[in-house]
Amino acid sequence: MKAAVLTFPGSNCDDDLLWAVKDIAGADAELVSAKSESLEGFDLVLVPGGFSYGDYLRSGAIAKFAPIMTALKNFADNGGYVLGICNGFQILTEAGLLPGALQWNTSLEFICEPEPLKVVNNRTAFSNQYAQNQAITLPIAHGEGNYYADADTLSEIEANNQVVFRYADNPNGSLNDIAGLTNKAGNVLGMMPHPERAVEALLGGTDGLGVFQSLIAATKGAAHAAN
Amino acid sequence: MFKAKIYVNYKPSVLDPKAEVIKNTLSRLGQTNVKDVTVGKYFEVLLEGDRDAVDQQVDALCDQMLANVNMEAYRYSLEEV
Repeated sequence: MKAAVLTFPGSNCDDDLLWAVKDIAGADAELVSAKSESLEGFDLVLVPGGFSYGDYLRSGAIAKFAPIMTALKNFADNGGYVLGICNGFQILTEAGLLPGALQWNTSLEFICEPEPLKVVNNRTAFSNQYAQNQAITLPIAHGEGNYYADADTLSEIEANNQVVFRYADNPNGSLNDIAGLTNKAGNVLGMMPHPERAVEALLGGTDGLGVFQSLIAATKGAAHAAN
Repeated sequence: MFKAKIYVNYKPSVLDPKAEVIKNTLSRLGQTNVKDVTVGKYFEVLLEGDRDAVDQQVDALCDQMLANVNMEAYRYSLEEV
């Protein structure tokens, strides 16, 4: 299994994400520039947090036009696994790979705290190593993490069981306490909390490791099915 | 040449926390007749071409880039310059 960690101008969690998936979880992985136009040879694409293109216009609004995004859309359309974290989540919503949008936290504050979450769907490629309804704690660090979707979209998301992580104590005003959700097909997930910042006891916890272990298990399963 | 004047605002169904803070602060300052505040973005874009083509082009660039239509609405006018 080989993972690509995308790097946009202004990404600042790319090295942490590479460390988590490669050095801690043990997958083959490398950084891929947003200027690249190919994702050939990768089984998983990780879109990191940060402030891509300075968050100019809106978070993720400029990143969606980066050269790599055409390859990313094709990769996702063909069933490839894509995980967007924080700014990566914002980029995926802007690019239309995930429903809804992220707006300013209702408090208007940038919140940087460990946040209790619940894994509300463990039957996904991103959460299969967690128990259903497992309580976990992951750090959040964002000013614009307030998940919004119109009423029809929200109903559809819930009916399809697309929500994977919910906040136990909603910090930012997200509708339905949504902290992370997948697309309808289940191969693209966006989440505001940072699993890559919770993969070693030294960092304060290892609750995020399950996300990467789940993806490694899922890609092995996919390769097995393909063979 | 046309100047497109473009306004982008949150849709009415989206609570805008920045607008709420401004409204509440104005009330606190004694501006008690302020009933609502809307915060948005304003763009001016200069384009060459005939009016119909420019009109379609501005609509597309608003839809695809300047506004996130999941949560924002846009409107614009074209002024010949």
